[in-house]
Amino acid sequence: MSRPGGAARGGAGMRLRGLTRKEFLQIVRDPSSIAIAFLMPIFLLVLFGYGVSLDAEHVPVAVVVEAPSPDSADFVAALRGSSSFSPRDMAGMAEAERALLLGEVRGIIRLRADFARRLRRPDGAAIQVIVDGVDANTARLVLGYAEGAWGTWLAARAAASGQTLTRPADLQARIWFNSELKSRNYLVPGLVAIIMTLIGALLTALVMAREWERGTMEALMVTPASMTEVLLGKLAAYFTLGTGGMLLTVGLAVWLFEVPLRGSFWLLWGCSSLFLLASLGMGLTISTLARSQFVAGEIAIIATFLPAFLLSGFIFDIGSMPPVVQAITHVVVARYFVAIVQTLFLAGDVWSVILPNAAALAVMAAIFLAITWKKSRKRLD
Amino acid sequence: MTGDPVLVADGLGKAFRVGKRRVPALDGVSLGIAAGAVTGLIGPDGAGKTTFMRLAAGLLRPDAGSIRVLGLDASRDALAVQAALGYMPQRFGLYEDLTVQENLDLYADLQGVPAALRAGRYAELMHMTGLAPFTARLAGRLSGGMKQKLGLACTLVRAPRLLLLDEPTVGVDPVSRRELWAIIDRLVRAEGMSVLLSTAYLDEAERCAEVVLLHEGRVLDQGPPGRQSARVAGRTWAVTAPGRRNRDLQAELAGLDGVVDALVQGEHVRLVTRAEHLPEAVAQRPGLLAQPTPARFEDGFIDLLRARGAAPAAPAAEAPAPTPPAGDGVVIEVAGLKRRFGDFWAVAGLDFQIRRGEIFGLLGANGAGKTTTFRMLCGLLPASAGQLRVAGLDLRHAAAAARARIGYMSQKFSLYGNLSVTQNLDFFARIYGLAGTARRARLAWALAEFELAGYADQLSADLPLGYKQRLALACALMHEPEILFLDEPTSGVDPLARREFWQRINGLARRGVTVLVTTHFMEEAEYCDRLAIMAAGRILALDDPAAIKARARSPEHPEPGMEDAFIRLVEASAEATP
Repeated sequence: MSRPGGAARGGAGMRLRGLTRKEFLQIVRDPSSIAIAFLMPIFLLVLFGYGVSLDAEHVPVAVVVEAPSPDSADFVAALRGSSSFSPRDMAGMAEAERALLLGEVRGIIRLRADFARRLRRPDGAAIQVIVDGVDANTARLVLGYAEGAWGTWLAARAAASGQTLTRPADLQARIWFNSELKSRNYLVPGLVAIIMTLIGALLTALVMAREWERGTMEALMVTPASMTEVLLGKLAAYFTLGTGGMLLTVGLAVWLFEVPLRGSFWLLWGCSSLFLLASLGMGLTISTLARSQFVAGEIAIIATFLPAFLLSGFIFDIGSMPPVVQAITHVVVARYFVAIVQTLFLAGDVWSVILPNAAALAVMAAIFLAITWKKSRKRLD
Repeated sequence: MTGDPVLVADGLGKAFRVGKRRVPALDGVSLGIAAGAVTGLIGPDGAGKTTFMRLAAGLLRPDAGSIRVLGLDASRDALAVQAALGYMPQRFGLYEDLTVQENLDLYADLQGVPAALRAGRYAELMHMTGLAPFTARLAGRLSGGMKQKLGLACTLVRAPRLLLLDEPTVGVDPVSRRELWAIIDRLVRAEGMSVLLSTAYLDEAERCAEVVLLHEGRVLDQGPPGRQSARVAGRTWAVTAPGRRNRDLQAELAGLDGVVDALVQGEHVRLVTRAEHLPEAVAQRPGLLAQPTPARFEDGFIDLLRARGAAPAAPAAEAPAPTPPAGDGVVIEVAGLKRRFGDFWAVAGLDFQIRRGEIFGLLGANGAGKTTTFRMLCGLLPASAGQLRVAGLDLRHAAAAARARIGYMSQKFSLYGNLSVTQNLDFFARIYGLAGTARRARLAWALAEFELAGYADQLSADLPLGYKQRLALACALMHEPEILFLDEPTSGVDPLARREFWQRINGLARRGVTVLVTTHFMEEAEYCDRLAIMAAGRILALDDPAAIKARARSPEHPEPGMEDAFIRLVEASAEATP
């Protein structure tokens, strides 16, 4: 390309340096990018680390003992000893049902008047468990825990009297990867994906739209800087910011929430970079469609943030979704990354999981960056 | 003017999609722009000025024809063209969260200015723009005029051969406007730069070496600015009639045979006639004094538009009701009015009274306190101190009742773009409590009076600018207010639409409606009966336009304009309060 004027001029390096420095200065001076990059991760971590738990602990249940006896007292004591329940004694079924209606308890455990008598008969005694099925997840947990507590109590009782309880098969459970069964251990790693989606897609779409809104894009376009350089300047700045958000989240996860990181940190870094490129690609693609901050923000939330939240396997298991929804999750970039982070944190460097997912991330990143590069022309029409 | 033209457009055409229609922005534009001079691209909003600038900068691709800049095709060799020219878009392209120095550094990097040359160039630019003391300040904290000068400095970090400035003087106070022109003149004289500058202010034409008149996407005329005034030489008059209001006189003269244009201009009515003598219809009228007056660019422009078939604006020829005698009762009364934001006094003590049927202007630069005053008068903002009575009601206690007697129209035409013309009118009628037959009658009146019937079902966003303005005024008048507030009502509107608009306003004033106008547009100031010139929250002068202009008279300036008077007053007050 001919350079009219002929005077010595700086080249692409100088332009790129200028653009990148500008982006960093804007990030530093703009409280909203700092908020999204650093305050949001902390807020989400605290929320999911402390606030949200998918485990049931100390579930309030009503206990109705129709005829108190040493046996029933022994069973209720066993219930009390478990961390799953916090039992509340009720005088009768009427009171227990009222408590269930008011939502004060999530279930009722009823020991009938003939409990002690039937316990000594060969066909054994039964307990009645009524659960509030509105929250299906908790209902299932209450049922399971109650059954478990009942079985344990019967076994202990049999052992104490020198008998063995005969059961057709004995279940010996071993829990792998998340042996404490803490939901925090798989929620917190998944948050890395959510936070990097926020920085990569939402923040990037917003700052590009801001350049259009304030008319600075028009001024950039008439400088010798090419569109590729403008995009590279943005990528460099927000890639750094996203990496910062990732390090912050991983650091807090490991040191504050004591989530084990069993895989390699460098592998995590590498996969995060791939995911970040894909997220930035999505953000930039959105900004070629929407030139106002409001619309760009809206599209970014609906097209990137919500799917990352709901369809990535971050909270809801993809395997238990209907087949159609499962098919849709394949276009959700975060899904591949959530699989990687959960594996890296809880299982370790399982290459058979990481390689295909990382390859999918690389393909997605390439597609979105290619769309952006193709769509961004130095023209306003 | 030397050498080949720096820019040549040939049969240039460009259309945009608005709603369902394709609206041509430029249609068959052919022109050449000379090197080493300032060329003005002059036309009202919507004439196609910005589209032309963007085509020249290679930001848009033409639908038809070609545009060559510095010997290169602007659409095919866009990068090469962009490397050679400087372009300042309407919003300057500044990063508000970067400092003055950081903005300069960014543009120096982008333009590839070698580090060794920077210090010298920066010093030169900062000296030229007077921004040297502010290099560490964030661009967002600069005043409008300073932002615009910084925008210019960023465009000039590497001296371009051709400088494109898209409406650089919009929204800038007269003092900054004058400084900007001084900078541009220097660039052309000292550095031999070629400048293409677009503007909607016709009075800026006279500062250009050459002028391209753009109207509705076509070139009306191109030539030295003197050519427009030469068209009407000997045909322009200053008419006065002792003892009568200029507004009545103007209404009387406007429709007469042989009159091309009649315009209130402060102390007299400016008349452009078809021939070089007064038409008989004018000469026969008793009590008129007509003095020949030098022709202006705008006179020639109007003559050109009329010659092309534009009908003279003559709205509803209602009988020229005699203006009620002056002093007929004070409608707006302001005493010791103050408003504070934090520790900043936006309005620092105003006193004035406005009488029924008067057109009163508040003239001042951005930040002078006009908008704050306006909001307090409309009852939208409580005053920090002072007395405020509108239509006999104290705004402290009866703001809502007072608002029902006020009509308000803003520069931004607060219409609902996705409602049709009728729906907008209906909405404004309803919120002012009109119902049933009264509302239907008023709706019919608005469609007829403002000639909007042909557009009744169009979305207001798709209306041409002049019609949007009519609709906005109609909406403000649905409830027949006694007082009309106008916020820069005609800036950027083409001169014919402006005349038509002021004819309507004059008609309202003659029927006893009190009109309050805020503006920083000198033309609009001339239409007022009395003016208050504001700076830093105070009134510097309050008088009729002729008396205000007379204050600036000096041996060097025997015939000062409103802008001269304004600048002189502002400078004098700046000296008085160091």
